[in-house]
Amino acid sequence: MVSVAEKTLVQPTGGLRRRFMTLLYRSEGVRGYALLLPTLLVMIAMLVVPLGTLALQSFWTQIYFKLDHSFTLNNYLQIFDFKQNPIYLVLLFRSIIMSLMVTFFVVITAYPMAYFLAFKVQRHKLVWLILITVPFWTSYLLRVFAWKIILGFQGVINSGLISLGLIDQPLEFLLYNQTSVVITLTHAWAAFAILPIYVSLEKIDRSLLEAATDLGDTPRERFWRVTFPLSMPGVVAAGLLVFIPTVGDYVTPNVVGGTSGIMIGNIIQSLFGKANNAPLGSAVSIVMMAAITLLVCAFLMLIGRRRWKHAET
Amino acid sequence: MVGAKRIDGLLAYGIIYLIFIYAPVLLIVLFSFNNGIYVAFPLKDFTFKWYSDMVHNTGLTKAVGVSLRIAGIVAVVSTVLGVLGAKAVTRYAMPGKAMVTFLIMLPLVIPAIVFGISLLTLIAKVFGIQPGTWSIVCGHVLICVPFSMAVMISRLQGFDKNLEEASLDLGETGWRTFWRVTVPLAMPGIVASFLLCFTTSFDEYQIAAFLSGNDATLPVYIYSQLRFPNRLPGTLALGSCILAISFVIVTFAEWMRRRGTNPDKGLGI
Repeated sequence: MVSVAEKTLVQPTGGLRRRFMTLLYRSEGVRGYALLLPTLLVMIAMLVVPLGTLALQSFWTQIYFKLDHSFTLNNYLQIFDFKQNPIYLVLLFRSIIMSLMVTFFVVITAYPMAYFLAFKVQRHKLVWLILITVPFWTSYLLRVFAWKIILGFQGVINSGLISLGLIDQPLEFLLYNQTSVVITLTHAWAAFAILPIYVSLEKIDRSLLEAATDLGDTPRERFWRVTFPLSMPGVVAAGLLVFIPTVGDYVTPNVVGGTSGIMIGNIIQSLFGKANNAPLGSAVSIVMMAAITLLVCAFLMLIGRRRWKHAET
Repeated sequence: MVGAKRIDGLLAYGIIYLIFIYAPVLLIVLFSFNNGIYVAFPLKDFTFKWYSDMVHNTGLTKAVGVSLRIAGIVAVVSTVLGVLGAKAVTRYAMPGKAMVTFLIMLPLVIPAIVFGISLLTLIAKVFGIQPGTWSIVCGHVLICVPFSMAVMISRLQGFDKNLEEASLDLGETGWRTFWRVTVPLAMPGIVASFLLCFTTSFDEYQIAAFLSGNDATLPVYIYSQLRFPNRLPGTLALGSCILAISFVIVTFAEWMRRRGTNPDKGLGI
């Protein structure tokens, strides 16, 4: 008796559920999104919503310990008022230049390494790959900190040179300037560029290279006319992966930059900390992201157009 | 002949490059055994005292606890989200897939400081909650999910999708197929993703610095120690331990996921 009652109770919901499931399974897109939903929701909750809040806050005003929520463009006007406060735009410009330099050095040093990995390493490839990838995952702070003990006033280079008798006084220009920041960032981000370049080189169809040789290209010509153009997607990806995050870096300038090596990230950090002006800090970070986005888009369009022209001729 | 010379040149470059990448970090290890307050040549006696001093440091042990807890939660959450996301992206035709994938991968190309300040604003200003362990977990999940997705996507693309279809054809449900076919085959990727997310979170400073509140993570603790010159050797010893552990974990994870697969798809991360 009981089991029959249970059956009649369960059945309608079971049928409904089955119908719902059939509907769900019929559409591949719905199934895909159902699976993706948790990830997507988390990204929206932790990325999109906070970024929206940040953007909103950039239109507010900090009055001592209170926030004035009325809409104002004052923070932005302050940033772009170059005569009154040149510091924001100057630092933004300087950070972009420094990041561009870092990106250039990282990509140019990573390329031969990636080429070596893709074309020359036959045995122990896995070992080489792992050796290159491991620094990518290990402590960024410690990699940056290592340069402080290398370049410091009483650091490895100075004490080394003194004990070798090459200099009498420690060299002061090693640490706390823009150069030390660029060197440190180049080292800290080196591993990020090799993998994308390596992957794009690895993907190149080897028969294209043979064809180039058969058609009379010297190895040098072959590299510049076949290999290099085909590896461009990897180079671009590597460049973006290094350039964009380094613009906003604040630890490296804090550790090895001193006062003359500060970047835009340090301003943002202090506005959210000691200077206690989070709305202005939000506005600075929004301007920074806008500048990065504009630069990246312009760059990608330039490449796209060149490629388009190439295809036409 | 010319060819052989060129290969040697590149090999030399490869070795120099590895030295450039590893030498600065190895200096931290070298000087952590040096019996002297200053990090300077010439080296003094060999000592273990900076290591034995660490055991009695309560601030340090507390930070280790906080970091371990955060990294554990982050690794589990990110890997689960990464597996689900990667399965959806690799196995289903979905409208708007490119845009959704772009959104999930976006944290790879946003300066870390932006996550720190935007989460800080949301948590502290909008919700009025004192930031702490859970805020850091949020920030770290954000940067770890793209890594996990990348690892899992290349893993799922690496094995034959027909295996899953065969299981479905033989009458298994989607859920059971996922547990009995997909998960075992993807296991090396899952383990690698867990370990890599764990290390990433454990070593992360730039986001944690904004969100730590009173719960200093290990990197935040280390940073606070950098101000005191007399604590430098202790920091070096601590750093060496972290480097050694990270090195072992990451080497294992990378070996696990790259072994036997054709490297690689996507960004190759």
